[in-house]
Amino acid sequence: MIAEAGLAALWLAAGLAAFQLLLMILALRGGADVSRAMRSIAVVQGMLTLIAFAMLLIVFARSDMSVALVFENSNSAKPFIYKVAGAWGNHEGSMLMWVTILAVAGAFLALLAHRTGERTLLAALGAQAVLALGFYAFLLLASNPFARLWPPPSDGQGLNPLLQDPGLAFHPPTLYLGYVGLSVAFSLAVGALLTGEVDSRLARAMRPWVLGAWILLTLGITAGSYWAYYELGWGGYWFWDPVENASLMPWLAATALLHSINVLAARGALKAWTMMLAVIAFSMSMVGTFLVRSGILTSVHAFAIDPERGTFLLALLAIYVGAAFVLFALRGANLKEGAPFELISRETGLVINNLILSVVLGVVFVGTLYPLFVEAVSGEKMSVGAPYFNAVAGPLALLLALLVGIGPLLAWRRERRPIFRRLIVPALLGVVALAVTIILAPGMHILPRLGFVVATYLAAASILPLTGRNPLRAPLATWGMAVAHFGIAVALAGMAANAAFTSERLGIARPGDLLSVGPWQVQLASVTPTAGKNWTAVEAVLRATRGDGVITLEPQTRYFSDPPTETNESAIRTFWNGQLYTVVGKQDQSGAWQLRLWWKPFVTLIWAGGALIALGGALALFGRLWRLVWRRRPEAEWRKERYA
Amino acid sequence: MSRAIRFAPLIVLLAIIAALVWRLATPADTEVHSTLDGKPVPVFDLGEILPSKPGLSSRDLATGQPHLVNVFASWCVPCITEVKVLQSLKARGVHIEGIAIRDREQDLADFLARNGDPYERIGNDMQSAVQISLGSSGVPESFVVDGKGVIRYQHIGPIEASDVPMILGKLEQAR
Repeated sequence: MIAEAGLAALWLAAGLAAFQLLLMILALRGGADVSRAMRSIAVVQGMLTLIAFAMLLIVFARSDMSVALVFENSNSAKPFIYKVAGAWGNHEGSMLMWVTILAVAGAFLALLAHRTGERTLLAALGAQAVLALGFYAFLLLASNPFARLWPPPSDGQGLNPLLQDPGLAFHPPTLYLGYVGLSVAFSLAVGALLTGEVDSRLARAMRPWVLGAWILLTLGITAGSYWAYYELGWGGYWFWDPVENASLMPWLAATALLHSINVLAARGALKAWTMMLAVIAFSMSMVGTFLVRSGILTSVHAFAIDPERGTFLLALLAIYVGAAFVLFALRGANLKEGAPFELISRETGLVINNLILSVVLGVVFVGTLYPLFVEAVSGEKMSVGAPYFNAVAGPLALLLALLVGIGPLLAWRRERRPIFRRLIVPALLGVVALAVTIILAPGMHILPRLGFVVATYLAAASILPLTGRNPLRAPLATWGMAVAHFGIAVALAGMAANAAFTSERLGIARPGDLLSVGPWQVQLASVTPTAGKNWTAVEAVLRATRGDGVITLEPQTRYFSDPPTETNESAIRTFWNGQLYTVVGKQDQSGAWQLRLWWKPFVTLIWAGGALIALGGALALFGRLWRLVWRRRPEAEWRKERYA
Repeated sequence: MSRAIRFAPLIVLLAIIAALVWRLATPADTEVHSTLDGKPVPVFDLGEILPSKPGLSSRDLATGQPHLVNVFASWCVPCITEVKVLQSLKARGVHIEGIAIRDREQDLADFLARNGDPYERIGNDMQSAVQISLGSSGVPESFVVDGKGVIRYQHIGPIEASDVPMILGKLEQAR
């Protein structure tokens, strides 16, 4: 019954979405007074999808094997948390989660948005309904998550063991929340293009959504990077894998949007560009979902290889983005640009920021899809890997980081003060960093060296906007910006340290043998079999020392039976100055074991930086919402408009 | 903003969609194709590994008859299942030659005694030198070589029972 209830809720929600679209057309055509009805429908639709998703969680939690999806992706021997997480560790479930978040976001938009014109909001709710309708159709017609099996099998087939990890419990949901948050920006942009109300009010309404989505994307990418780092056992934090790029591209677009939206909010300028970015940011989310779900690019992450699903998603992508671009082409000409600005101004700084981010986005996009285009045109096969991305995106990212220190110091419209004087201290610190790296590590490669220099400079420059006044009285949004920019410096330092100082040791060892890596002496003490709830493993006991005391690490190679798979569970020990990363591999013919050891100084700064960037976003969002709720009391605005 | 610029995103999108549709319609061919197809076997001369069986040289392949050259090893697990399929090919009159990779005489003799021996000759490729010159990256792999000593087909991985008609077809074409 539970599965049927979920399916019924989904059908009802789809019906309401269609109704919502109809009302939007009525409102825009004839000016029918439907705003109350549309808001209520959007809220109920969000609640219905929540019910459907809750039903799916329940059938997974109870291991109801008569539901085909549970049978295919779960197993009664699995730990409880992974049973629940299994609900979205598969195609149908993750699509249901996507549409649930979409509809709930629509409900919040209906409840909270009161800064745009009422007509724009109604148009945006209509656009949101169109987005949702496509996914309802996809779920109900092509991938029903609640389909039953008869007769019910006794036990399920299990979940990809790589996904049986705490990271799974929140990595995909976080990314999806980010993707779907961008759908609200998309809908608002489409709504504003329809009504022609592209103004600073729209930008202020859109900003919290973009900020929220961007925070979650930042967290999702950071967590995903750490997951790949410890779970795949390769010791790298970023592989430029197509699916990683698929999560990076929306983030790049959202970062650009986040900055250009401020220009629109403060100065009413960059209208067409900001609308374009809002459309592109969500398009990149759809591209990301398409790449993961269709499996057209070979990737460790392509979990669901099914061209039919790909076709459906591609059709949705073409319709949504195509329609938005057509709208942009037709209405873009009517947009009047706002207040002009001079060459040296905050606006120019943000335009340059947007240009660089767009070029990086283009570089990643082209690199990800290039093999496909080459094969389509010439039939030749090729692959694009890390060397291309590092060589092209790396210097651009460094240039951007350099400018990040300058932009926030500029005033809106025109800058007449000699702001470069304020950058003398950061620049000097950068020079000191250069001297230190040359003295301590003369053989260092150019990119990590520049990374250290720029990171040192930016760490100092990022806090400048807080100086020159009482920092405690600075707006929370300014604090957020400073923290986020400081986070970039921290992450950059971590990447440079990882590139410059990592020591790697691949060796074979018998129990008792000693291997050295960096400052560490690592002894293989023993190798013993062990078992967990749904796996067996061989576990190596390693004793590591660098002169002061001995620590024990226990990396494993795990064998899962449902489905049969082998995973490397790395053992990692974190110190204030780095991580010792160990992996045990296979036994060779002579009975010795493969060991992979890394000493990675300051590598944790990469993820700490990512967390700081997200924290900065959270501070800014909190500051803006705080003002919204307590200072302006703007809720009354739309009521006044409605009932005047 | 000019018309051309306003329509540019739409045109780029259409190009991308077209490429993606093409890829969905023609799924990627993930097989690696041999670059030696249609080229003569590289010149080699491998000595014997078993006293009971002659070694293999490239001259032995240019006899006017098609041959199936099987790159294998006694330490290779998939080769055990493949040998049975090779036996059935031999029963249909296929000339099968072996190249033993990094093998030992006693291990190989045991392997053939236990699993059957479809080979007419077996060359001893102790350093994988011939294997590498053939463009083979692992065991087992098989090559269909025509009567003039030209490679007509490279099969990566074990020949399964379901591959037999295809292999016989390739041998027929090479005749």
